[in-house]
Amino acid sequence: MDFLWLVPALPLLGSAINGLLGKRLPKPVISLVACGSVGVSFLVAAGLVLSLIQRAPEERHVVQTLFTWIAAGDFVATAEFLLDPLSAVMILVVTGVGFLIHVYSIGYMHAEDGYYRFFSYLNLFMFSMLVLVLASNFLLMFVGWEGVGLCSYLLIGYYFDRKSAGDAGKKAFIVNRIGDVGFILGILLIFATFGSMEFDGVFRQISQRFPAETGLGILTGIALLLFVGATGKSAQIPLYVWLPDAMEGPTPVSALIHAATMVTAGVYMVVRCSPIYSRAPFALEVVAIVGTLTAFMAATIGLVQTDIKRVLAYSTVSQLGYMFAAAGVGAYSAGIFHLMTHAFFKALLFLGAGSVIHAMGGEQNLLKMGGLRKHTPITFLTMVVAALAISGIPPLAGFFSKDEILWSAWAHGHPAIWGVGLVTAGLTAFYMFRLVFLTFSGEERMDEHTRRHLHESPASMTVPLVILAVLSVMGGWVGLPAWMGVNRFAAFLEPSLRFTALSEHEPASHALEAGLAVLSVAVAAFGIGAAYNLYVVRRESAQALARRFAGLHALLSHKYYVDEIYDALFVNPAVTGSREVLWKGLDVGIIDGSVNGVGRTIQGSADLLKHLQNGLVRSYASWILAGTIAALFYIYSLIRR
Amino acid sequence: MEPNMRHILNIVCYLPLLGVALIVFVKPERKTAVKWVANITAFLGFLVSIPLITSFNDPQYIDSSTGFRYVFEVNWIPLIGAKYKFGIDGISLLLVLLTTLLGFIAILSSWNAVTERVKEYYAFLLLLQTGMLGVFMALDFLLFYVFWEVMLVPMYFLIGVWGGPRKLYAAIKFFLYTLAGSVLMLVGILAIYFYQYNTTGIYSFDILPLQKLGFPHDLQYWVFLAFFVGFAIKVPMFPFHTWLPDAHVEAPTAGSVILAGVLLKMGTYGFVRFSLPMLPWATMHFLKPMLILSLIGIIYGALVAMMQKDMKSLVAYSSVSHLGFVMLGVFAATPVALQGAVLQMVNHGISTGALFLIVGVIYERRHSRLITEYGGLSQVMPVYATVFLIMTLSSIGMPGLNGFIGELFILQGTFAAPGLWMYAAVAVLGIVLGAAYMLWLYQRVMFGKLENPLNQNLPDLNFRELATFVPLIILAFWIGIYPSYFTRFLDQPVNAIVERVRTDYFKAGRAEGPLPASPVIHAIRAAP
Repeated sequence: MDFLWLVPALPLLGSAINGLLGKRLPKPVISLVACGSVGVSFLVAAGLVLSLIQRAPEERHVVQTLFTWIAAGDFVATAEFLLDPLSAVMILVVTGVGFLIHVYSIGYMHAEDGYYRFFSYLNLFMFSMLVLVLASNFLLMFVGWEGVGLCSYLLIGYYFDRKSAGDAGKKAFIVNRIGDVGFILGILLIFATFGSMEFDGVFRQISQRFPAETGLGILTGIALLLFVGATGKSAQIPLYVWLPDAMEGPTPVSALIHAATMVTAGVYMVVRCSPIYSRAPFALEVVAIVGTLTAFMAATIGLVQTDIKRVLAYSTVSQLGYMFAAAGVGAYSAGIFHLMTHAFFKALLFLGAGSVIHAMGGEQNLLKMGGLRKHTPITFLTMVVAALAISGIPPLAGFFSKDEILWSAWAHGHPAIWGVGLVTAGLTAFYMFRLVFLTFSGEERMDEHTRRHLHESPASMTVPLVILAVLSVMGGWVGLPAWMGVNRFAAFLEPSLRFTALSEHEPASHALEAGLAVLSVAVAAFGIGAAYNLYVVRRESAQALARRFAGLHALLSHKYYVDEIYDALFVNPAVTGSREVLWKGLDVGIIDGSVNGVGRTIQGSADLLKHLQNGLVRSYASWILAGTIAALFYIYSLIRR
Repeated sequence: MEPNMRHILNIVCYLPLLGVALIVFVKPERKTAVKWVANITAFLGFLVSIPLITSFNDPQYIDSSTGFRYVFEVNWIPLIGAKYKFGIDGISLLLVLLTTLLGFIAILSSWNAVTERVKEYYAFLLLLQTGMLGVFMALDFLLFYVFWEVMLVPMYFLIGVWGGPRKLYAAIKFFLYTLAGSVLMLVGILAIYFYQYNTTGIYSFDILPLQKLGFPHDLQYWVFLAFFVGFAIKVPMFPFHTWLPDAHVEAPTAGSVILAGVLLKMGTYGFVRFSLPMLPWATMHFLKPMLILSLIGIIYGALVAMMQKDMKSLVAYSSVSHLGFVMLGVFAATPVALQGAVLQMVNHGISTGALFLIVGVIYERRHSRLITEYGGLSQVMPVYATVFLIMTLSSIGMPGLNGFIGELFILQGTFAAPGLWMYAAVAVLGIVLGAAYMLWLYQRVMFGKLENPLNQNLPDLNFRELATFVPLIILAFWIGIYPSYFTRFLDQPVNAIVERVRTDYFKAGRAEGPLPASPVIHAIRAAP
């Protein structure tokens, strides 16, 4: 366990080497440093997790203290890493999927100028993400939290000569900062209340001081503030608007940061803080509702998007909504389970999309694709696997994790969330297979030049696709539902949630659980069938449908006009108000105006007075005369009285 | 070494004057010789200040009754009881080191920037250095006032002679503003001086007895206001800030670096050293208005900064916002907040000093500070882009860099102060706006297409320019990753100040747990 620090340190080293020396290094060396550091980091992580599993469940909690980071009076924070089942799952997902995406990037980015810069940022991201999930206190977690945000900013803006990329990066950073306001205040409130920022210390105190659920109290305040942070990082209503724009970044970045790892940080944080949430039922309710609404709303937007990456981006927002819904109904391990399987199949979908874009010479518009099945068979097959997985078709990974969420919602007494989740599952299956059919089947709608260049991607790209496809198939088998066997995944996470549980839920009927599972599979199948019907069998019917519901279609393709509303409500007033009212009006006009006014008044009076002192003796003499006469008159008037 | 350490503060303070004396003897035509003398003097000035930190906890240099270090005291004007008394504590230690470092960097950065009246330019910069160091070292109020005024003159000439097109307007505005403030400050000093004589029969300007004296409330009230005007103009606090953008825009790069990096800290230092410990009742009396002005400064400065078209003007308004944070920390008056405030003074010196250097680099190449003149510079100046990015991140409080620690301390200390959590909650908005204006600036200058033909062949940083940034970058990471190295000097002086202002802070705080809780927390605690 002494090597825990190596897990984040290795990518940091890789980042430093490539960042400082990369300009002079040949590309193979850069690739080796970048992928090697993450690969070794994965191996170290795997070894540590294996030895963690050797321990008895209650001893699976290892803390490694590095140094005292902050010490100001009673305000103390240590640089400390914590390995427990929850962070174990996270580091395996982050380093494992991260390694595959690093390898993929060798092929995808081979022709880019800033090759070393790309890998330096990507490694820096790995470091920050690993700090985030390994941190043993809120403040260090926040360090990782901001670090991943920075790397996201840098990588979204990787093609910095494009204005849209710069804009998207900035938007991502600032929207995330808005969420951070909540996170920081949450941390401050935690410290003010418990005098500590260590997870273990805080949660232990909570379990002692708050044995039961609380009303609208301090825990609810903390939970809601932290959740504001989560909505920023994990792209939930109302702060999800940055994620679709973030697709300006290179596709491997979208896969790694904006699908598989960083955006799940909010979910991880809520689950990590589950001892707080489980005692704050109101906050939990908010989490569940926001998650469910986001899942549904993003899925509806995903139905009509024509950019292949934007469909996937909204899909990610939607799936993250599922994870929050899971946490919100108290099914924390189901949320993390879905986080893991989603990392597999969503990374696969993005990397597959990258492979498609690669083949299409940079084109991302679904309407200009079609018939790619013949040209890119591996990409096609693996993407179908991923699409089936996300749609929830058994026995693929997504089926187990999504069904666990839906079932938990039902079993914990949230039938409305279950219902919306079920409908969203149908929408998911539909938009995902719409994407698959538009891309891979039907006629080839691209221009002649692009058609001639269609090709399958190199092995460095397809091998990660295949590995992720295997994971997307089998990744769910570690968490079989209770009616099929033992949920090893939930049992493994149990020690991390030891301060969470307040009361055991009644074990519900296995028959009902199985029945509901069949129902959700049927809904998914219906979604796939509808997509097949609209986009393969009767192609023109999709346009007809769009025409028939023109208003709805416009509403969805304009993403409910949320960006426009935010601009009108917040951005424009802030900009115009600052420029016209604060700067030109108040600052230059009133404040500086009055300062200069004082100056002018003094100058004006001095202009008058300076005539007194003009250096002419005659003039002085006449003033003396005038003064003397005035004085005499004054004395005279005194005497007269 | 032994006898020298007794004079160490004198050496650090007057070494720059020695440089001035040497420069006087160099012929004006021999510009390179002048530059070398100035650079070497300034570098030596930094080197001799390092022992201050390494011997800081050596008991033989500690004045046991006051906790001040390296105290040097002789009679100055016995008739009125004025003493020549130098000494530093942890607070002034950090500011002295900041001054010697930034002074050297400012001089190094001027190598090619100044071609006219080189001799006078460097003489003024060095004279300014002595003035600033004297302010931080003086333990006699009259001596403090003398150094305070000494600083004003070289800065006036630096702006007025080597400045931009509206240099005279800016220089006079700067001069009059600060002079008006310092005259009021002098009135305040005299008021407490005579009060001390009337009650104790002693004529003395010694700061430390004055801090302990305890003044009646009505005197505290008026003296606080007099000091407030003097210090608030210097900080500058809203609404006394409008001299700052003008002074910065017109000043030469080195002038801006010193102005932002050190001169503004005179105001905040004044509050910490004088207003709080000497006038604790008035401090608490004016606490809310001061905090509100700080919050206005944070938000208002950031919003106005966002709209600026001139880079220097943008960084100047950002200073209003950052100094608002410092003032928030000062008047939250809890140990962590005050430590954060002092640390943030240093941090602001590092990041804003660097940002003015950064603007200076491209100004020297293109003679324009307009943001719209640039764009896409990352393509031709990659090293510059990296430096700019690091300092942008330092300025917006990215964890791992210095700005985060300062802001975090201030926010935590304010949040934990009795009844002040709302102020922290509003101040947090400043970090959103800070990110907005800085990242927007960075995007407009560095990202996008390199469209302006004049920018096509801009050379990247040369070795000398890089050398001005390296120490600042190292410090930014150092403070960000291991702040305890610096904050350990602050515990003792800061706690002493808090004890003066919030007399029962430590008693009440300990009894109740980690925090003398804010009312909301009380309410919530009461009903779990």
